Amino acid sequence: MADRPLPPPEVAREWLETMTLIRRFEERAGEMYAKAKVGGFLHLAIGEEATIVGSVRALRETDYLISTYRSHGHALARGTEPERVMAELFGKEDGVCRGRGGSMHMFDLPRRFMGGYGIVGGNLPLAAGMALACDYLGTEDATLCQFGDGAANQGTFGETLNLAALWRLPVVFMVTNNQFGMGTSLERHSAVTDLFKRGEGYGVPGIRCDGMDVVDTYETTCEALRQAREERRPVLVEAITYRFRGHSMADPEEYRTKEQVEQWRQRDPLTTFGERLSAEGAVPEQEREEIDRRAIETVDGAVLFAEASPFPAPESLYDDVYVLGDQVQGWYSIDERAAGVQRGEDIGP
Amino acid sequence: MSTETLVPDPVPAAPASEVMTYREALRLALREEMERDERVFLMGEEVGVFEGSYKVSAGLLAQFGPERVRDTPISEEGFVGAGVGAAMLGERPVVEIMTINFLLVAIDQVVNHAAKVGAMFGGEVRCPLVIRTPNGAGNQLTAQHSQSLEGWFAHVPGLKVVAPATPADAKGLLKSAIRDDDPVVVVENLPIYKEKGEVPLDPDHVVPIGQAAVARPGRDVTLVAHSFATVRALRVAERLAAERGIEAEVVDLRSLRPLDVETVAASVSRTNRVVCVEEGWPTYGVSAELAARIQRACFDDLDAPVERVGMAEVPLPYAKNLELAAMPNEERIAATVLSTLELA
Ligand SMILES: Cc1ncc(C[n+]2csc(CCOP(=O)(O)OP(=O)(O)O)c2C)c(N)n1
Repeated sequence: MADRPLPPPEVAREWLETMTLIRRFEERAGEMYAKAKVGGFLHLAIGEEATIVGSVRALRETDYLISTYRSHGHALARGTEPERVMAELFGKEDGVCRGRGGSMHMFDLPRRFMGGYGIVGGNLPLAAGMALACDYLGTEDATLCQFGDGAANQGTFGETLNLAALWRLPVVFMVTNNQFGMGTSLERHSAVTDLFKRGEGYGVPGIRCDGMDVVDTYETTCEALRQAREERRPVLVEAITYRFRGHSMADPEEYRTKEQVEQWRQRDPLTTFGERLSAEGAVPEQEREEIDRRAIETVDGAVLFAEASPFPAPESLYDDVYVLGDQVQGWYSIDERAAGVQRGEDIGP
Repeated sequence: MSTETLVPDPVPAAPASEVMTYREALRLALREEMERDERVFLMGEEVGVFEGSYKVSAGLLAQFGPERVRDTPISEEGFVGAGVGAAMLGERPVVEIMTINFLLVAIDQVVNHAAKVGAMFGGEVRCPLVIRTPNGAGNQLTAQHSQSLEGWFAHVPGLKVVAPATPADAKGLLKSAIRDDDPVVVVENLPIYKEKGEVPLDPDHVVPIGQAAVARPGRDVTLVAHSFATVRALRVAERLAAERGIEAEVVDLRSLRPLDVETVAASVSRTNRVVCVEEGWPTYGVSAELAARIQRACFDDLDAPVERVGMAEVPLPYAKNLELAAMPNEERIAATVLSTLELA
């Protein structure tokens, strides 16, 4: 675990702060779901904080990040305000997508977080396209694509890895191997369980990291991004981790044993990293308590903010479906309440 | 020993039907057909150990084993295509797709393969494949998880599409689909899974594909619907009867392809006014097809234009208030009925 040396104390402390924030945020999001403040599907990333923070911290500010429906943590790590993430969960106007996206669809363009997507495997080709655009524009920017072990079985995985290798795109594919796709364990869904090996045949070298160790994840992702950026070689990184909670809030978790969950909890990335920081003198114990207290305060504030934010205006229902210019002709939509007045429609006789 | 005890108790007549949920009715259909025909097997994500994302397949793994209740990786295009191939060799695969949104990942296998092989190979081979998948919205699942795309599949020659709205039809139509020699898309529905109804227990009872049903008789206006829209239409009809004395007839299509135009036309010819309701987007949708068919069949009988109510034509937003406004909810249906009757 302590193979890799710690980064400078202020860096390590910031990682711990962000991991703690994600943990506390996710816990509160779960509580808000139980109170019906949050609807739809809610997928929490508790247990995966080291994978999230280690990989996201390896990015430059100008790099792009793209993820899945399990991405509150990615937004928070990228610097999106917890208030706006919570407001999105509440479906409020001040949310990151103005309440249109909800938990599964985080987004933050200024921070180059290109979104969470709900179709398993759907984001991989987009990542290649973002890398293509960066390459085309001649920038040094790279793209980091996050997806789960289950997603590695979609056709888009093979198609995208080949494209990326063929076109020498600056993209890193990170498979967050949390051991399950919903209720199906890795060995029940993948013939080859060393997922990092699945890129080789496409010309995408693979590398594995300990996704419960933020330092290892960081160093591994840094090296992968360096290759992608400097050598124009896409890399597949497999982070070995575990989700402590169910797949979503509606998961009875009958497909795994309490003992297994308990075993992985022994390696809780937050506790192990925190304890290491204290043991190595980077962050004293009572400062860790302070960090936790501040994270809870931040999340309290996020909930208050989300509560106070208004619901989207009803008349905004048709907003942003199209970029409407003068060229628009014809019918886009039918709504018996207001036939002829949807923006973008030809009003007719 | 008294003489009475020598007389055997009369065997109680087996009940002809039982009240059960839509999901239980589907499960019963699967169980009966798997017991009846060894060629029938089920595959899909989480159908086995997890017993189905919506618990339709609960207990089936235990009864039939992992060969016949097969968990798949998240590879829709792969395992739907594998279903097509197995069907071409005469098996009767039932493939579950978690929701219709994810069937888009496999649409090439459905449209370019399942629907084509029968005719394209001159009738030398058939594709007796069943794809079961729920449509539906209303739980804040947002744009990528809330679609009702059955019209897309009903568009395609070579496919059959059914969309039951009641537990009895769920059982009867799924059984017909499994016994059918052509590929059938069985569109289930998320909000209806928990609804209860009387379901015939006779294992030989099926509901023929291609027959609509009058779900509620009425004389003033016809509501044509399928899937969850039928549930909504029935609620609206009851409300209008109670509050306004309007008697709406509700025609439940049950099958989208083949489409039972006769039952629809017979109703509209009597009521002279019609509102088509669907959960999907009306543009190029099921209600568009209905409007075309009705105007042709009932041209002289119509007292008002064919009206339709569907999902607002937007990628469905998450926020509860916007989602509610976008849905073809009962207020919107009722308002349209009143306006077609020139009462509003
Ligand atoms: C194409 C598609 N199929 C199925 C689903 C339903 N689904 C959502 S998440 C999920 C499991 C994905 O597992 P994994 O990729 O390992 O990511 P994790 O949820 O563990 O983060 C499934 C099957 C979906 N959203 N999209």
